[in-house]
Amino acid sequence: MAGQQRVYKARIKSTQSLKKIFRAMELIAASRIGKARDRVTAAAPYSRAITRAISAVANHSDVEHPLTSERDDTERVALLVITSDRGMAGAYSANALRAAERSRERLEAAGKEVVQYAAGRRGVSYYTFRHRELAGSWTGDSDGPTHAVANEIAQELLRAFLAPADEGGVSELHVVYTHFTSMVSQEPHVVRMLPLEIVEGVAEAGDETEPLYEFEPNAEEVLDSLLPRYIESRIYNCLLQAAASELANRQSAMNTAVSNAEDIVRQYTRLANSARQSEITQEISEIVSGADALAAS
Amino acid sequence: MALNVDIVAPDRVLWKGEATFVSAPAAEGSIGLLPGHEPILAVLGPGVVKIVQDSGEDRLVDIGGGFLSFDHDMITIVAEPADEG
Repeated sequence: MAGQQRVYKARIKSTQSLKKIFRAMELIAASRIGKARDRVTAAAPYSRAITRAISAVANHSDVEHPLTSERDDTERVALLVITSDRGMAGAYSANALRAAERSRERLEAAGKEVVQYAAGRRGVSYYTFRHRELAGSWTGDSDGPTHAVANEIAQELLRAFLAPADEGGVSELHVVYTHFTSMVSQEPHVVRMLPLEIVEGVAEAGDETEPLYEFEPNAEEVLDSLLPRYIESRIYNCLLQAAASELANRQSAMNTAVSNAEDIVRQYTRLANSARQSEITQEISEIVSGADALAAS
Repeated sequence: MALNVDIVAPDRVLWKGEATFVSAPAAEGSIGLLPGHEPILAVLGPGVVKIVQDSGEDRLVDIGGGFLSFDHDMITIVAEPADEG
């Protein structure tokens, strides 16, 4: 009987220490999320400048570039999925991976061969556990990606896209990442990043007429240097969005975990109390019946 | 008449302000820009962007490459971080 009480006490204690951990992780996520959102905002001027310049080039010349033209010499397509390095973020990585699996099925139904890339340790372990081949993977810093990481990913994927078909070239690049809409809503998005579709005449609302640019040294080379940077900044943006989403997910998951822990503690406290009570009752009745037995003899 | 200058790196704005003259390390030699220059899009190599401010003060920004776009006296320089080689 006393054993029962001890078990409950031990459970309460361990749940309480878990609760402390959950609370700490919630606070850490909450403090980092602001930073992550700032980074998304800080990266915006760069991508805006590049987008403007690209649409200027596209509007003023008919330059063909390998990154903008469709490839039909290979059926291989690259799929990059961005997940987190650690769990404890609810269904964050699972959702991204599920979206990746769905688009993989869709691509395969269209007769493509999918070459899988993954960023984030959760994604990598998902694929290695299933013995599926990864063409490339990046881990570390999933909740605070640096531009250097984006650069590395972009270089690798551009290399794959520009490689000839017999050296593992791919004809398309799709990226699955979690879009940060708000603190309470983050959804996995799938975007086709390559080949690029240049949307002409974006932004630039109103009075300014598009100036006729001079290109230095020439339009091809300007485009040559712009497009890889554009891809890089898109990937960087995806990583930043994913990082903000990861932290938001972690915060809400940890919040739920804390209140679950509180529930469990309350429940076990009740059970422990009633165990204590019934133990006392039993002891009393044992003493009483013992005394009765003595008195009767 | 002054030039509006924005120098942006992938993760932040490096410098923003007005200037009277800007010189930048274009791929085929340095170019200087004064107000009223014709619109230009140029690839930049690694080097130093020099900005002469209204006050006559010079401001130097190291870049590791990038590109420059100029129109309507607005200069946007997209810079790679200088330390990346």
